[in-house]
Amino acid sequence: MSRRFPWIRQSLVIWHKELRIEFRTRFAYSTLLMFAVTTLITISFSVGGFVPDSDITAALLWIILFFSAMAGLGRTFVQEEEKKTVTALKLAVAPEPVFLGKYFFNVTLLCSLTVLVVPLFLVLLNQSVPQWPPFLVTVILGVLGLAGASTIIAAIVAKAEAKSAMMTILAFPVLVPLLLAAINATRACLAGASGAAPASELYVLLFYNGAVLTASLLLFEYIWNE
Amino acid sequence: MFWQSILGLWLSLVILASFLYMPATQGLGESGRIIVYHVPAAWVAVLAYLMAMVNALGYLRHKDLRFDRQAQVNAELGTVFCILATVTGAIWSRGAWGWYWNWDPRQTSIAVLLMIYAAYFVLRNAVEDPQRRASLAAVYSLLAFLTVPFLVFVVPRVYDSLHPDLINLESRTFAMDKKMLVVFLASLAGFTGLYGWLYNIRLRLENLLHRLESKREVS
Repeated sequence: MSRRFPWIRQSLVIWHKELRIEFRTRFAYSTLLMFAVTTLITISFSVGGFVPDSDITAALLWIILFFSAMAGLGRTFVQEEEKKTVTALKLAVAPEPVFLGKYFFNVTLLCSLTVLVVPLFLVLLNQSVPQWPPFLVTVILGVLGLAGASTIIAAIVAKAEAKSAMMTILAFPVLVPLLLAAINATRACLAGASGAAPASELYVLLFYNGAVLTASLLLFEYIWNE
Repeated sequence: MFWQSILGLWLSLVILASFLYMPATQGLGESGRIIVYHVPAAWVAVLAYLMAMVNALGYLRHKDLRFDRQAQVNAELGTVFCILATVTGAIWSRGAWGWYWNWDPRQTSIAVLLMIYAAYFVLRNAVEDPQRRASLAAVYSLLAFLTVPFLVFVVPRVYDSLHPDLINLESRTFAMDKKMLVVFLASLAGFTGLYGWLYNIRLRLENLLHRLESKREVS
């Protein structure tokens, strides 16, 4: 299979390289984790003993995940520019496998963050989840979408000046449909067992993922070779 | 000067007609007159953004900075008309719904549209090299515009909007008084003309600035 689809093998190699670099420093992961935990503790602390409505907790969860992604994934391509490894990477593989490899890596990072943060969030805010399966699907699709849009925006940011501030500004408008759908789906899942599963929101999340990934693969070449 | 005078006269007549000739709308009363300004402004914003999109694709295909200047001018004009549509919409919303802003799905999507282009201009300012700026801006605008169908078509369908629809999809009819339709279409044509004129001036100015800059680099 890997002979017929060289992209898959190449992107897995890039993914592996990213993982190895990350394990040496653990810079991105610790930023991501510390950012999420700090926000979570601030929220839990300020909410105190008061149990917030599930309408509000759904929004809070996605605010935490969104800003953590912005803080942790913004450097995806910046490190290649700073360490001058861009040229070597350009010579080694086509643009698309680079994008896919970075995307897989960002998905890995965000998923490992979510596995820690979401249970902690539910525990600290004393929130029960009446509808588990749709909740898990929402979180997974939402995190995939966050990683996808962050990867392509991070590629743009790496070529611009004022890198640290640009990430959030550029990513937010692109991510609004995803966040709206994810917040509403989460709200429905947290609200109660009697409520219907948020099917239409899950479709929006699915199609958003497909659209962003396709567009990113088509457009990435123009950023990468700039 | 000839066409500009005609345009000025045309739009003045539209303004007069919108208050004197056109009847007040059913249900919405006097506040419905804003349709003559709000809808054409939104239409021009969509048109200009669409043209900016076409120009962005053109730039990515031909790598010619002329397309980038066109995209920039179209994005600027689109934003001006988008702000006009947002403000007129908010004023009308105050009259009809009691609130200037209540996050109706239509208001959400137009706010996000404005944010996309605000981010687009921030990105343009953050890149020095013209070629690189053009590519990054083109890619970003294409990527961001991709999310607009989600907002425009999905959000108002999933969440109920109070925004009036001119075209009734179920009965396939177009609900508008004859007199009103005449004024409305005249305003649509006038606004489109206004856009064409502004575009022409802005693009000529940008082209002159570009020539001035390239001359300075040579000497």
